[in-house]
Amino acid sequence: MKRYWLALCLCGLMGAQAACAAQRVVSLGGSVTEIIYELGQGGRLVADDESSVYPEAATRLPRVGYYRTVPLEGVVAMRPDLVLASRNAGPPKTLERLRGLGVELVSVSDSPSIDSLYERIGQISGQLGVGQMGDALIQRIRGEVASAQALPATQRRALVPINRSGPFLGAGGGTAADAVLALAGLKNALAEQKGYKQVSAEGLVTLAPDMIIVSSASVKASGGMDKILAQAGVASTPAAREGRVVALDDLLILGVGPRVGQAIRSLKEAAR
Amino acid sequence: MNTMVGTRKFAPRPVLVTLAIALILAGLAASSSGAVSIPWSNLPRLLWGQAAPGDAMLQNILVDIRLPRVLFSVVAGAALAASGVTMQALFRNPLAEPGLVGISSGAAAGAVLAIVMTMGGFFVVASMAFAGSLLATYLAYVVGSRYRGVAGLLLAGIAINTIASSVIGVLTYLADDAQLRDLTFWILGSLAGADWSTLAWIGPWTLLLLAYLLVQWRVLNALLLGEREAAHLGFDLAAVRRRLIAVTALIVGPMVAVTGGIGFVGLVVPHVVRMVLGAHHRYLLPASMVAGALLLTLADLASRLVVSPAELPIGLVTSLVGGPFFFWLLMRGRTAAR
Repeated sequence: MKRYWLALCLCGLMGAQAACAAQRVVSLGGSVTEIIYELGQGGRLVADDESSVYPEAATRLPRVGYYRTVPLEGVVAMRPDLVLASRNAGPPKTLERLRGLGVELVSVSDSPSIDSLYERIGQISGQLGVGQMGDALIQRIRGEVASAQALPATQRRALVPINRSGPFLGAGGGTAADAVLALAGLKNALAEQKGYKQVSAEGLVTLAPDMIIVSSASVKASGGMDKILAQAGVASTPAAREGRVVALDDLLILGVGPRVGQAIRSLKEAAR
Repeated sequence: MNTMVGTRKFAPRPVLVTLAIALILAGLAASSSGAVSIPWSNLPRLLWGQAAPGDAMLQNILVDIRLPRVLFSVVAGAALAASGVTMQALFRNPLAEPGLVGISSGAAAGAVLAIVMTMGGFFVVASMAFAGSLLATYLAYVVGSRYRGVAGLLLAGIAINTIASSVIGVLTYLADDAQLRDLTFWILGSLAGADWSTLAWIGPWTLLLLAYLLVQWRVLNALLLGEREAAHLGFDLAAVRRRLIAVTALIVGPMVAVTGGIGFVGLVVPHVVRMVLGAHHRYLLPASMVAGALLLTLADLASRLVVSPAELPIGLVTSLVGGPFFFWLLMRGRTAAR
């Protein structure tokens, strides 16, 4: 309730009443939810989706399934006055029908690049009537990225394998990991490949990465860093020989989010 | 298997009426429950005007979301069950079913091929699904009719399902992220895509073909007797087979194109109905259609309620029921054969 009045006051101050009317927001896509919380507007969310795993509060909201297979009725049932949907949300027909039913649905930029991040923050803060907070957030991130990028780059060949259950999947071109590596001045050993594909033990040896970055969830799924280092192929890579197999938070390496500056900094430090 | 020729245990008309009443009740329950529940007493008011202020959302949910979906599950359930009955008579084999024989996965492989390779719209995907189902039916028939009994057909089904799933597997590897999310839909099945515009063409199309099947009960009965007997009764068997296979593929293909693979309805429903009514197709066909509609309506209701406000793929729900049933059927067949 407190938040509601706060929002109402903000609305009054800015006079953007149409946008501020949105007090029941549904977020579709983890990268969208994350920004809403980052802007301090999490209290206006009434539901999000399974991909919204950060911050922890997001996981306690009602979930309308996975953002790529949105259930029509489930969203309508939340009586949203605004749906903020990642551009990757779908199926398209469902979103079209949601709009047809008079639900205010705004599609938000969501590709793995820093420009898309800025665009997304701008769109979301605009829709929620907190444009100034959005601008401030963008300025802060720009600053963090600039100072992180000012650190010396190493141009090392890096590999980002993820492990959900079973064999490693390597992050190729067009993935968020690829974008984060590029920002940190690293070369993706799998740049030629499109998307996430399985990497064999032999493939690891052939690729000969100087650096291996595993997400912390992958470390957990593999049963610890020791297990990863003991995997066939890993030990023979230059990365393992030179002790450059590092773990990084999933949100830092597997998405270009508000903490991208921190991600770049961590990667550069690990690459030294 | 003895279930094919089981004798009638109940009079057909009361059973049909009971099933029809159950279907109507299930339809009402499915219309009133979901992520938002609408009390039964409000249904007439929401459907036929006099909407009170504040009803707009409920009316939208009922008329634009739920109603087409409930009607679609009725049509799809009837279609799946009827094609199960037809194939079981056609192959003279109680295990014949669109999913088991590979027709559904053939259709899914066709659809997935179209999604990944052509980027084509709905009609390209639907016609590829149809082509896939036709090819799979033909292969199942050719291989299945070479062997006596259950084995040939099941082996053909295994081969077709393997080929289809490896085609889908290769395409999954090639697919980008955006296409992948479409693929899971085809593989698991869902009625989420059901709206009035889809129902407008698939409804009449399917009902027409189902009506055609209903009047074929004599041929289906004759097929049960055996080839020679059917020929003596004056049926041109080769022509009958071709026609029935085409009709089954014409029903299942476009249906799978819209709903994805919904398994086991075609197997479970005719079996249960045959236990109750016997194998006389005059009653078996209509009763299976109504029972199939009932089963799928309830399955869709479950898929919407269990993880509300999210949804389960309906193919999961039917397989959860159908898998154990199939297993039980196999165990039972073994003891009966002894």
